[in-house]
Amino acid sequence: MTAPAAAAEPLARPATLEVADLRTHFFTKAGVVKAVDGVSFAVAAGEVLGLVGESGCGKSVTGYSILGLVDPPGRIVSGSICFAGRDLVGAPEEELRRLRGSRIAMIFQDPMMTLNPVLRVDTQMVEAILAHRSIGRRAARELAREALAQVGIPAPERRLRAYPHELSGGMRQRVAIAIAFINAPDLVIADEPTTALDVTIQAQILHLAQELCRKTGTAMIWISHDLAVVSSLADRVAVMYAGTIVEQGRAGDVVGAPLHPYTRGLLGSVPSAVARGVRLAQIPGMTPSLLDLPPGCRFRARCPRAGEDCGVEPTVSSPRPGREVRCWRPHLEAAA
Amino acid sequence: MSVLDTGTRIEADRAPAAAAAAEETPLRRLAADFFESRVAAAAFALLCVIIALALLAPAIVPQNPYNLAEVDVLDSRLPPGSRAMAGYTYWLGTDGAGRDLVSAMLYGLRISLAVGVVSCLIATVIGAAVGLVAAYAGGRVESLLMRLVDLQLSFPAILIALMLIAILGKGVDKIIIALVTVQWAYYARTVRGTALAEMNKEYVEAARCLGFGHARILFRQILPNVLPPLIVVATVQAAHAVALEATLSFLGVGLPRTEPSLGLLIANGFEYMLSGKYWISFFPGVVLLATIMAINLVGDQLRDVLNPRLRR
Repeated sequence: MTAPAAAAEPLARPATLEVADLRTHFFTKAGVVKAVDGVSFAVAAGEVLGLVGESGCGKSVTGYSILGLVDPPGRIVSGSICFAGRDLVGAPEEELRRLRGSRIAMIFQDPMMTLNPVLRVDTQMVEAILAHRSIGRRAARELAREALAQVGIPAPERRLRAYPHELSGGMRQRVAIAIAFINAPDLVIADEPTTALDVTIQAQILHLAQELCRKTGTAMIWISHDLAVVSSLADRVAVMYAGTIVEQGRAGDVVGAPLHPYTRGLLGSVPSAVARGVRLAQIPGMTPSLLDLPPGCRFRARCPRAGEDCGVEPTVSSPRPGREVRCWRPHLEAAA
Repeated sequence: MSVLDTGTRIEADRAPAAAAAAEETPLRRLAADFFESRVAAAAFALLCVIIALALLAPAIVPQNPYNLAEVDVLDSRLPPGSRAMAGYTYWLGTDGAGRDLVSAMLYGLRISLAVGVVSCLIATVIGAAVGLVAAYAGGRVESLLMRLVDLQLSFPAILIALMLIAILGKGVDKIIIALVTVQWAYYARTVRGTALAEMNKEYVEAARCLGFGHARILFRQILPNVLPPLIVVATVQAAHAVALEATLSFLGVGLPRTEPSLGLLIANGFEYMLSGKYWISFFPGVVLLATIMAINLVGDQLRDVLNPRLRR
């Protein structure tokens, strides 16, 4: 298999992060689980990249690989993660630790779980600052207050003294976002941060994240299983399936004219107001076990367009400008 | 300021409940839950009285039982209510050395409580550190530390304490060393169990993603979450420590005879029990019982209140 270039489309700005042919495998007793198997993408400063896929397709593992937090029995087998001119694969733990939280930050799915339940908001924010900067507690608290105001939390002084359980879900996620952005990181990895929230709050959080990225020039990887959410937020979208990226390109292009049958299937299974009364399309079958991947295209067994040639693993091609697809038989005819 | 003014307004409307509850600290909630039980409230009050009496003993008792000049041997073994040569009344009588029992008991209580609390604190610190490190490090370190705990707990506490006292000799510091040695393992086991559960929670993962060092994660993030069970064990173990110290003193291997703790007072009066002079053993026994019971009742209620599974 060839290692594709990070992105077919030349980025407008220099890439903050460039992942090339990343492979993270888990060496379990049952066998090798190829959670991430040849993933390449790039994110530029101020850009939001949506990483979409079903549960267990390797989205989160990709995120953890970037942070260098893949726990045994998993490890990064090959590939490179270029961040700020350094390859993070194989970088010493201490260097990675200093990057985490200061230059690469993470936002998690459930803010109830990720905020420490017994520590006040100010304690947690001050800790996050003091872990990376040598300033006084008072100055750190002042920064924390500003950060809360920045993410649109009313009466930040009072919220600082609150415990996580006293805040609403949306408020908690704002606190989590404030913590992620508090050390002005170059890259934020958001792992399904809106999945646990109401739809209305979800929209607010999406908007907030987008605004913060634009304003601070922070690059963001937004991991989600919801193509609709991602397409409204991200500049570019990468669709993952069974450990590989099957399609990537500008958000509007990918959603408007999906090239890969899997992307098409994903979009087809989103309930939309337009197709009222029409039976939702399903993708037949199940995702293949990452433990025992079939030869050839990973989507072959579920693909309506599969044919003889799909027995050979497809290479990445760029049938349209700024688009990449890993398929022998992409949907080229439908595109306008 | 805000990058999302509309969102702010919407959420501000949804959050009055959170704002109202903002002043409620975990400590206040704990106190409210704790005093729901009248027995526990009574036990807590009793414990407060006992602690206050012990602290204020020098100011409220008529005699310093450790000052031989103030103790009159001719007043020995007087029944409760007798008049002292010095003019005051022996409300609870005197012991074999002529010490006023009220004075001797309160001074003894000071020693008993101090030994209990100090040994408990030291054991908590050591046990918590061992438990946290074992849970966090895992692997061989964990196995080694926890087998040590198992070994420690497989011996009867009193046996180890007696052996240690025999080796180290008498004295308050020696007693504390003995008590810490027999008690740290309980804390280590409890803390490790709780810490293992906490380690799987996402906030630990989030702390790692924030680039926190090991010490910061262990002591700033996990430790506060381990505190509730630790407090419960500490309370129960404090009662054990007081009882164990009394036992050792009763056996005559604990503290010097000139500065009797409650256990030693009981032992002193033991020989006179059958000759009708019950008070020398009886009253210190009652105080010891009340102290241990009060601590245990408080500990029980704390356990109920702090146990999330029992929370209504």
